[in-house]
Amino acid sequence: MTISVLAVDDSRTMRDMITLALKDDDFDVHVAEDGEHGLEVLQSVVPDVIITDINMPRLDGFGFIDAIRARDSSKHTPILVLTTESADELKARARDAGATGWIVKPFAQDKLIRALRTVTG
Amino acid sequence: MSDPMQEIRASFFVECEELLEALFDALQNMSEEPENFDTINVAFRAVHSIKGGAGAFALDDLVAFAHQFETVMDMVRSSSLAADDALLATFFRCGDMLSDLVHMSRDGEEIDESLYHPLLQELSSHAGIGLEETTEEIADENFQPLALDLDLEFSVAESNPNIDEDFDFALADILGDENTSKEIAGASKSGLTIVFSPRSQLYDLGNEPLFVLRNVADLSLCDTKFGFEPGSSFDTALTDDSLTWTLKLSDTRDLNAALEAFEFVDGLCALSIQEDSDPETATDLELPLPKAPETAAAALDQTSGVECIDRAAETKSKPPAPSAQPAQKQTTQTATVRVDLNRIDRLVNLVGELVINQAMLSQSFNEANVPANSKIASGLDEFMQLTRDIQESVMMIRAQPVKSLFQRMSRIVREASAAVDKKVRLVTEGDTTEIDKTVIERLADPLTHMIRNSVDHGLETPEARIANGKSAEGIVRLSASHRSGRVVIEIADDGAGINREKVLSIATSKGLVPEDANLSDSEVENLLFLPGFSTATEVSNLSGRGVGMDVVKNAIAALGGRISIQSTPGQGTVISISLPLTLAVLDGMVISVESETLVVPLTAISETLTLQPGALERLGPGTSVISVRSEFVPLIDLGVELGYRQPKTNYDGAIALLIVQEDGSRSAMVVDGIEDQRQVVIKGLQDSYGNVPGVAAATILGDGQIALILDTSDLLTNASGRSREVITLEKAG
Repeated sequence: MTISVLAVDDSRTMRDMITLALKDDDFDVHVAEDGEHGLEVLQSVVPDVIITDINMPRLDGFGFIDAIRARDSSKHTPILVLTTESADELKARARDAGATGWIVKPFAQDKLIRALRTVTG
Repeated sequence: MSDPMQEIRASFFVECEELLEALFDALQNMSEEPENFDTINVAFRAVHSIKGGAGAFALDDLVAFAHQFETVMDMVRSSSLAADDALLATFFRCGDMLSDLVHMSRDGEEIDESLYHPLLQELSSHAGIGLEETTEEIADENFQPLALDLDLEFSVAESNPNIDEDFDFALADILGDENTSKEIAGASKSGLTIVFSPRSQLYDLGNEPLFVLRNVADLSLCDTKFGFEPGSSFDTALTDDSLTWTLKLSDTRDLNAALEAFEFVDGLCALSIQEDSDPETATDLELPLPKAPETAAAALDQTSGVECIDRAAETKSKPPAPSAQPAQKQTTQTATVRVDLNRIDRLVNLVGELVINQAMLSQSFNEANVPANSKIASGLDEFMQLTRDIQESVMMIRAQPVKSLFQRMSRIVREASAAVDKKVRLVTEGDTTEIDKTVIERLADPLTHMIRNSVDHGLETPEARIANGKSAEGIVRLSASHRSGRVVIEIADDGAGINREKVLSIATSKGLVPEDANLSDSEVENLLFLPGFSTATEVSNLSGRGVGMDVVKNAIAALGGRISIQSTPGQGTVISISLPLTLAVLDGMVISVESETLVVPLTAISETLTLQPGALERLGPGTSVISVRSEFVPLIDLGVELGYRQPKTNYDGAIALLIVQEDGSRSAMVVDGIEDQRQVVIKGLQDSYGNVPGVAAATILGDGQIALILDTSDLLTNASGRSREVITLEKAG
C-alpha cells in the first residue's frame, strides 16, 4: 500500500533528503516550501501523513498545523514535526502545535520510515 | 554525481549561499530597523536551516557554530536579549564565520575548532550564557533514542475489578496476526505488562491506538485484554476515556521497543509499563483512568477499536490520486529550475548563430529587391523581432542580480575598516539590478580592490572627519543601475577626495607625465589608472601591495567595461564602472573607412554629424577641433588612426560620429560612411590575437564578411596625443 506523504520544509536540502529517504519504499512524496504552499498543495493532494518543519517563512509550522486541524478533511491526518530541539522540549512543542509525532533532524532513514509507519499503521 | 547523497550535498551548499545571502540581508535590515521583528526571524531561519542541513551531512563544526549562533539569535527573537550595535556587529562577524565554515565544509577542508571558538565565546558573553559544549553533545542530543524520556506511570499492582473480563479479546484478532494468537496460550512467567488507555486528545492529534498496538504486536506480545470501566459502555467508553488495553510481552528485553511504540502517545493516554516478577499480580494491574473533559465531535465518531480499523481501511482504500493530480501538483511546486550552466552557454551560442543567420537572411533579402510591403517582407520583420526577443530572453537566463556581489563587499568593508581602525558604513543601492553571471563573477576582484581603496585611501580617519565637520562614520556607497543599455556600478565615498597635487607630483616624479603637462582635474584623477601608479606613501595592510588601479582598469576593460573616477575635494570620490549587459551581443553601427567595414558599439555614439565647411579649426599639423554647439571637440580621423590613410586636407562634408567616453569627454570620429545599424554577435579575438589596441572584438556580418568591433575608448584615449591639447582649449573656450 502506497503511503502518500506531504513534506513541508523551507530548506531544499531537507525536502530533498526526505524525498530521497522515502524513494525506495512505498511512499508517494509531495513537497511544499512553507505552510502557505503546503495548504495550496493540500487542495489537490490528500496525504496519509504530513511532515512539517516549524520555522518557515510566510506560514510557520504552528500556523500550518492549526490550519490543517481546522479542516474537516484533514483534522485527523497524522502530522510529524521536523525538529532540531532537544528531547526535553520537542514533545511539548510538537504537542502544543497539534502534531501527532516528531522527527529529530538530522534523521536517519529508518527512523523516519518507522515514525511514518507508526502514525499511518 | 550519480550518488544522490552527493547531489543533495552539492545542492545543500548552493542553498547555503542563498541562506547566507538572506542572513546578511536580514542582519543589514536589523541594523537599519531594529524594531522590525520579522528580520530576526529571517536571520534565525537561515542559520537554523544551515544547521539542519549540516547535521544531515555530519558537518559537526558547522552544526556546533550554527547552534550557538542560533541560540543567541533565539534570545533576541524572544526579546530576552536586546540587539544593540555591539551584538549586531558580532552577528555580522558570526555570519562571516558561518560563511567561511560553509565554504570550508564544502571544500572538505580541515576545520580547527580554535578558528571559531573565540566568536562562540563572544556570543556567549553577549548572551550571558555559558558556552554550550560543542559538536559531540549536540550530535548526541539529536541522536538520542527519544523514547527514553517517557515519564512512566508505574501503577500500584492491585486487583482491578474495573476491567470487564467479558470483553477480553486478543489484540491479534483485530490485527489478524495468527502468530500472536498462538503465543497467548504459552504466556511466560516473566515479562512486561503494559496498560494503555487512550484519552480523547490522542485522537485529536491524529494518533491511532490501532497503529500503536500493531507496533506492540510486532514485539513478544503474548496476551491482550481489552475492556472499560463499569458504568461505561461501548457507546461512551471513548468519550470518557475508559477504554483500556492490557498487553503482556513475554520478553523483558522489549522494554525499549515498547517505549518507542508509545513514544508519540505518551502523555495522551494513561500508560503503565511494568516488569512482572510475578505473573499473577501483573495480570491484575490497576489502571489509572483519569477522566478527560467531554471532547469534540472528533472523538465521538471513534466508538470502538473495531471501528478504528474501518476508519483506517477507509483511509487506505482511497484511490491513490486522481490522474489530474500530477499536473496540479506541478503548478504549485517550485518556480525555479536548476540548469547546468553549460547548457545555457550552448543556448547562448546558438542564439548568437541565429542572430548572425537572421542578419544574413536580411541581407540576401535586400539584395533580392523584394518589395517592402510584400508578405515575405513582413514575415521577415516578425522573424527579426522574434530573434531579438529570443536573444534578450536567453541573455536574461544568464543574468543575476548584483546583490550577492554587493553582499560580499559588505564583508570587505567590515574587515577593511577594522584593519585601519575607521568607522565605515556600506550603503548599497540597486542590488536587484541584473547583469550577466560571468560579469558578476569577474567583477568581484576589481570591486574588492576598489572598496578597500575607498576605505583605506578614500575615507579619512575619524579624527580628521570630525575636524572637518563630518560624522566620524564614513560612508561608502555602492550602487548599480541600468543606464542606456549598460549597467553602471558606482563606488562612492564621502572622504576627502583625491589630492590632485599629490597625484600629479607622483605621476611627474615617476615619469608618467611630462613635467610641463597641463592636465584637467579629470585627467589628473584618471592618472590613477596608469600602470605603476600608487599613491600610498607607506604600504598599508590593505591596499598598496603593488596591485594598482591599472589592474582594476584592465579587468574592467576585459569585460567590455569602462572605468572613470571623479572627485570633489573635501566631499569624496566616485568611481564609475560601466558594463555591457551581456558579453555575447551588442548593438552596433556598421561603418566603412577606406573600404574596410567596421562596427562601432552604439552605446558609445551620442550623435552623427556632417561637417560643415568652416566647422573645422586646425590647431597644428594633424590636430583639429570642430565646434559642436559652441563647444570644441577634438576631431579624429578613424582612417588615420587605424593607419589606413594620411590625414585629408579637407574634411568638408565628411561624416563624423560623436563619441562620448565614460568620463563625459567627447570626440568626433571621422568615418567614410554609415552602412547599417544592427545587432552583432561578439566573437572574441583575444584567444587568437591577444589584446589588439583599439579593437574590442570581431563579428560576422550578414554577408558573411568579418568586421572588427572598435574599442572607441581605447582608440580615442590613445589618439596620437591630440585630445590632450584640445581639452586645454576646450577649457579656455
